[in-house]
Amino acid sequence: MSFLREAALVAGKDLRIERRSRVALQQIVPFAAIVVLLLAFALDSDSTMLPRAAPGLFWAAIFLATVLAVGRSFGVEEANRARDGLRMSGLDGGSIFVGKAVAVAVELFLLEVVVGIAVVVLYDVTVRGVLVLVCAAFAATIALAATGTVYGVLAGGLRARETLVPLLVLPAVMPVMLGATRAFQAALDNAPGDAWPWVQLLAVFAVLVCAAGVVAFGPLLEET
Amino acid sequence: MLLAGPNGAGKTTLLRLCAGLLPLRAGTGEVLGVDLATGRKRIRRAIALVGHETFCYDDLTVLENVRFAARAAGCEPGVGEAALERVGLKRVANVAHGRLSQGQRRRLALANAIARAPRLLLLDEPHAGLDEEGRAVLEAVVAEAPQHDCTVMIASHELELARRLVTREVEIIAGQVHPLPAAAPAPRPEVRV
Amino acid sequence: MTLKRVFLALTLLALGATAVLALWVTPPRENEGFDAVRLLYLHVPCAWIAYLAFGITALASLLYLVPRTRHPSWDLLAGASAEVGVIFTALMLIVGSLWGRPTWGTWWAWDARLTTTAIMFFLYLGYLALRRSGATVAERGKRCAIAGLIAFIDVPVVHFSVTWWQTLHQQGTVFNPKLDVQIDGSMAFTLVLAVAAFTMLYGYLVLERFELAQLEEGREERELQLAIAERVRTERSEQVVPA
Repeated sequence: MSFLREAALVAGKDLRIERRSRVALQQIVPFAAIVVLLLAFALDSDSTMLPRAAPGLFWAAIFLATVLAVGRSFGVEEANRARDGLRMSGLDGGSIFVGKAVAVAVELFLLEVVVGIAVVVLYDVTVRGVLVLVCAAFAATIALAATGTVYGVLAGGLRARETLVPLLVLPAVMPVMLGATRAFQAALDNAPGDAWPWVQLLAVFAVLVCAAGVVAFGPLLEET
Repeated sequence: MLLAGPNGAGKTTLLRLCAGLLPLRAGTGEVLGVDLATGRKRIRRAIALVGHETFCYDDLTVLENVRFAARAAGCEPGVGEAALERVGLKRVANVAHGRLSQGQRRRLALANAIARAPRLLLLDEPHAGLDEEGRAVLEAVVAEAPQHDCTVMIASHELELARRLVTREVEIIAGQVHPLPAAAPAPRPEVRV
Repeated sequence: MTLKRVFLALTLLALGATAVLALWVTPPRENEGFDAVRLLYLHVPCAWIAYLAFGITALASLLYLVPRTRHPSWDLLAGASAEVGVIFTALMLIVGSLWGRPTWGTWWAWDARLTTTAIMFFLYLGYLALRRSGATVAERGKRCAIAGLIAFIDVPVVHFSVTWWQTLHQQGTVFNPKLDVQIDGSMAFTLVLAVAAFTMLYGYLVLERFELAQLEEGREERELQLAIAERVRTERSEQVVPA
């Protein structure tokens, strides 16, 4: 079976599990929404500050939700030793990586739409530069999903997996945080030209992580 | 072939070794003509392991699980359904794995295994949790295996039940891969399958 | 006297000389009553050591991953070096903060170097947490090696992004991240001596930690062997049928 078809099979499997269990819908989306609210309260609902801080707060919520999504993506592989099943299946490690990362990315995209609406409404943001926003979000999400998937499999099977993954992922994706917030800020400030360099940074980061993931996922999956 | 031995003797470890899941630390091993030291990942596609865990996803249905296993192995569509028929799980095809009973899960794992048309079928305590009907299914599957060019290796301590299914038997006692320091060399199983 | 003891003695000597020079011999900065500049003799070596330590970790991780050079010692070295690196990074951040207060008027500044260092600190803290989750080299070796490499490659990426962010962020920055010190002859010498002394300290600490790790690793193996031997002895005492 070709690489892409294998990846599609794995992505389909993960998304089907999500559709059946609705964990992302019923737990992760509300969690992200609560974070948005929490941050608003933390900033004292200052009506002048919230729109300025909106990009950062948006991405903070998404980053935290990513950790949950990755935890879930690999949680299903822990039960019933499905991880061993994947190893026995003969599927290529790289295609499993792409499949799982794509599934996480899809969930994150949908989450970003929901959280985006919440942020626009709650923080009173004027949306400008939609194209830039979408491109930046696309690159950032791929980067996040890929990094999360690499660390997810790296910590798989370990006792402290659930607490390790956030500690490993969040420092590593700081460049994504910077790039995404700056790009969003530039777009909302009606200066989309300033945003494109950041989008490039995000794209480069995403490509690097995906390359690393395709290579490293198989060997990491082998670690019991 | 039957792999007999007391609890903790190393039967599961040996099966996982033959499946290519565990690395070979010492000695030599050859499975399906491939050296375990270098090719253990290549042989996995031709091997199926049915162990204590089912390798399935709790949220997916029986049918979805077996289809995933079959498609991952590169089988044609329809193979999964056929496997379900053979193990008698057709009527619960749309029940989620998480809601199955122990015996039904065992049968699903068996269906996943035969759907892949393996050349080597490794069964770890297959009788555990199976009812009369389940055991009949198991016996049928094992009996048919040679027709599909498949060798079966069963690890079990249900000796009476298992002996009916097999033609050869070995015993494993305190099997380990390294010879002991400062003691006479312990029996080290060398398996050629 | 063993080689290690000699090395330790030399290290302490070098550190002592550095301290004397730093605290008494070299002049304080002219236009400041508070000679916070002396902290730099501590801060700069710490920075150097941190980068050296994480570089060694990355190198050792790479050597562990490559099958031809794979050896458990590389994993132990990577861990030992990372631990020392994290300590020096923390020290660097603290000392830098103590220096920043009188110099910039604030404990923290969001300049590129500080921010990158903070992120680097957390990257390796995660790496150390990962190391603790596996008991033996066999269990954790590959994972930690890959995590160590990712962390190392990430640091320049972080630095680049933060520098970029910083240039956009600060318009007419008040904080000058460069060491705005007139390099007096004796100061330059002290700095170099400090770096040398700290490098020796790094070497000694890593050596000690590495040996400790080897002992720990050996203990796991010995306990395993003992358990197996015990096992076979009890099996033999019962009636057995040879395979």
